[in-house]
Amino acid sequence: MPIQSFEPTMILAILPEILLIVLAGFILVFDAIWKPEVKRNLGWLTAGGLLLVMVISLIFAQPQGNGRLIFGGMVRQDWLSFAFILLFIFAAAITALFAMDMDVVGQKGEFYLLMLISTLGMSLMASATDIIMLYLAIETTSIPMYILAGFMTRDDKSTESGFKYLLFGAAASSIMLYGFSLLYGFSGQTNIYQIALSFYNPQFPKIAIIGSLLLILVGFGFKISAFPFHFWAPDVYEGAPTPIAGFLSTASKAAGFVVVLRVLVAIFTPSATPDWINLLAIVSVLTMTIGNVLALVQKNIKRLLAFSSIAHAGYILIGVVALSQLGLTSVVFYLIAYLITNLAAFGIVMTFSHVVGSDEISAYSGLSRRKPWLGLAMLVAFLSLAGMPPLAGFVAKIFVFAAAVKVGLVWLAFVGVINSIIGLYYYLTVLKYVYLFRSDDESKPLVISRPYSIALTILIFGIILIGTLFGPWFNLSTQIASALF
Amino acid sequence: MHFPILSVIALTPIIAGMLILLIPSDRKEIVRVIALAAATVDVLLSGFVYFNYNMVVGGYQFVEKYNWLPQLGISYYVGVDGMNAPLVLLTGIVMFTGVLISWGIDDRPREFFAFLFILASGVFGVFVTQDLFMLFFFYEIAVFPMYLLISIWGWIKTREYAAMKLTLYLFIGSVVSLVGALAMYFQSGLNTFDMIRLSQANFSESFQVFWFPFVFFGFAVLGGIFPFHNWSPDGHVAAPTAVSMFHAGVLMKLGAFAALRVGIMLLPLGAQHWRWLILILALVNIVYGAFIAMVQTDFKYVIGFSSVSHMGLVMLGFATLNKEGLTGSGIQMFSHGVMTALFFAVVGMVYDRAHTREINELGGFSKKMPWVAVAFIIGGLVSMGMPGLSGFVAEFPIFMGVWQVRPIIAIIASISIVVTASYIIRIIGKVFFGPISAEFDHHVVDVTVKDKVALTILCVIMITIGVYPSIMSGLVSSGVDRILSLFGGA
Repeated sequence: MPIQSFEPTMILAILPEILLIVLAGFILVFDAIWKPEVKRNLGWLTAGGLLLVMVISLIFAQPQGNGRLIFGGMVRQDWLSFAFILLFIFAAAITALFAMDMDVVGQKGEFYLLMLISTLGMSLMASATDIIMLYLAIETTSIPMYILAGFMTRDDKSTESGFKYLLFGAAASSIMLYGFSLLYGFSGQTNIYQIALSFYNPQFPKIAIIGSLLLILVGFGFKISAFPFHFWAPDVYEGAPTPIAGFLSTASKAAGFVVVLRVLVAIFTPSATPDWINLLAIVSVLTMTIGNVLALVQKNIKRLLAFSSIAHAGYILIGVVALSQLGLTSVVFYLIAYLITNLAAFGIVMTFSHVVGSDEISAYSGLSRRKPWLGLAMLVAFLSLAGMPPLAGFVAKIFVFAAAVKVGLVWLAFVGVINSIIGLYYYLTVLKYVYLFRSDDESKPLVISRPYSIALTILIFGIILIGTLFGPWFNLSTQIASALF
Repeated sequence: MHFPILSVIALTPIIAGMLILLIPSDRKEIVRVIALAAATVDVLLSGFVYFNYNMVVGGYQFVEKYNWLPQLGISYYVGVDGMNAPLVLLTGIVMFTGVLISWGIDDRPREFFAFLFILASGVFGVFVTQDLFMLFFFYEIAVFPMYLLISIWGWIKTREYAAMKLTLYLFIGSVVSLVGALAMYFQSGLNTFDMIRLSQANFSESFQVFWFPFVFFGFAVLGGIFPFHNWSPDGHVAAPTAVSMFHAGVLMKLGAFAALRVGIMLLPLGAQHWRWLILILALVNIVYGAFIAMVQTDFKYVIGFSSVSHMGLVMLGFATLNKEGLTGSGIQMFSHGVMTALFFAVVGMVYDRAHTREINELGGFSKKMPWVAVAFIIGGLVSMGMPGLSGFVAEFPIFMGVWQVRPIIAIIASISIVVTASYIIRIIGKVFFGPISAEFDHHVVDVTVKDKVALTILCVIMITIGVYPSIMSGLVSSGVDRILSLFGGA
């Protein structure tokens, strides 16, 4: 893949990133000039600004053709990066809406600023094709996240969450960096496509490839919270401000998967090392099984969602294991569906805890009597997570299983199927509280402020839209996935 | 481009359901009126489809086809033939009568009707779709609302347990079938989920033999086949009346129909290889179900196990793979649907007034609600296979078909008729006749007009088919011919 020499139009390729920085600047300025009572409006500013960034990017920054390597091979402009950048920006906008009414968090300019910087890092993760750039992007994503997870400094759990995330993240990323340095040492290249070329040489020692792969997988596995690097997720999600937990479990995880796809498909193509398919299959099975089984016993909704998001990483890995056009398409489709669904789930948790002040599952008793619409939204989000039609999760799961059956991994599809039954059980258990159980608080009002209702409406419609009119989304996913080859 | 009648039938309930959700929750009367209006539209349109199906032309009619995802060969493709037209009508009837009988539901009727109608849309969708992917899509839509309907409005003692058990059983069954369906899709290499084209895919015998059990039994779980029937009586008993009607009347047929449509019709060689197993299991269903029904003391459990027993007859007819057996099964699905809907309606009416279902505590209800007693007796006679009623029209061909395959199985299965007679007569005697206790004499009142209308409709249908069988048998056997052509000639 040739690296193109610089020309001015390439600036447009990083237009979303540039605009994110501009928006971050605006946030800083308004944070300085606005009075504390109106600082909540920073949330509107962030969400509106991000929407504008999306629109402008859609008009001016669309990639042409099959994509091109630009800026000395640092980034690649293609549909994979472009679509996911838009997805991250969308997730950030929704998160801003969810955060703005939260005490402590929503009135601080730093919060929005850090979130935008993290989004910038994710955008670069999606397009990075050079291991140096990749490492920088991952760190740009993670470091603001460490701060955001521990943002509520008076809250012990939040502090613990931030610190734990930092320790795990630093350890994982240093191991990954070691893997990167080995890659460079073996091949003398930093661009992943150049590295791949040198690996095609049959004299190249396989053990070197597998060794560096394992080290790199530590870092990636941490980002996507795959077994055995998932331990941080429940504690961090539980302690972090809920919007940030939602952001971590969706955008940050999706960014991790984009990197997994790009690097694994480019460097570790099956022709070089068939073993990693088996390795990933085992990781996938363990990830979804452990996530689902541990979710069964959770009493706290954020911990439950944390384990469920670990399980979903396992399902997505099925598509990665079934490395084929359909497999990668299914991964992309799953990521889109999952991102919207899980944002909705965390959004509902946020909405609820904002009023009620509890994250215990038992606190949700009688919700459908107390606020039927919120109960219904929760039904839609959780059923989509469980994989029920006509919701996004159903189609996504079928595509992933189909990809596995297509390449002959029927056993893996069966493991996925059994897991989704376990999943159904604990999602239903939560819905049982919402719809079935009574509580004394039923008659108390549950006011949903405007940002929540806007964000939730968008997400719920998104879930139904993807689940019924899945044709266009599938085509989009195909187009995105074909950028990998 | 003709009027998309099947889509209207399938989508009316879900649209009505959404509409109902938009109504403020205290306007209960409007909710019920909208529900009844939607159900009326559906029963009329499904009746239209049933009577306007042209048997001379045959094949799939009222066809609509739109590409949904051409890259994977998924299309929205619906049509009816002789096999599914009666089932569409059945769903319309059960929906209509179910709404009439649920008029009195007072706890969140808005959500109740919305979920019930989402379920109804799923059921219609499964019956009319010709696309395997869409079949699963609608199948899950039909299965899931059951959980909420049972767990929220069900019998308080067992509803949580029964709802979860039912959902997990059915979900396991459907996802196992799903893997089989995906295997078929990729094996065929046709890149289509169109079941009519998949049935011409000529799968190898070893492939069919391997995958048939997954697909057939995955769906047959919902048909209540032994040993996967365990969810069904618990589910029936815990469910509120209208949901039991839907559940036993329509949903179990959904499982049987999908097992036929996907299992037997797409994998005919597999069906021939495994038919012995289906014959034996269905026989166990029939006899075991009938005996268990006989020893129950709870009115609703008796009916629940009688459903297991009667669904065994449907499966038995499938396993004959001959014209008589399959035709009988087709009629039995309809007949049993109507009959069970009636039974559960009656059980609900009795329970609502007596607040107990213990057969030994009840008695003398024919004095208080004669209409209900007559309806139950008619249903009971259908259940025993009395000539002149729809049960005979359905069961007789099944036994004829089974006799051609294995006479001994027909003989053993016929034991169930005697057992059925015994438990039905016991219920009639204990519940509706005999002395009435002072407590019931005091406060039990007759049922409402709406209830009577619902019961009358169901009874009239059973009698009509009984005295005039060709209203249904011709249609069903035209559908059966198509199935048999897949086995190399009728």
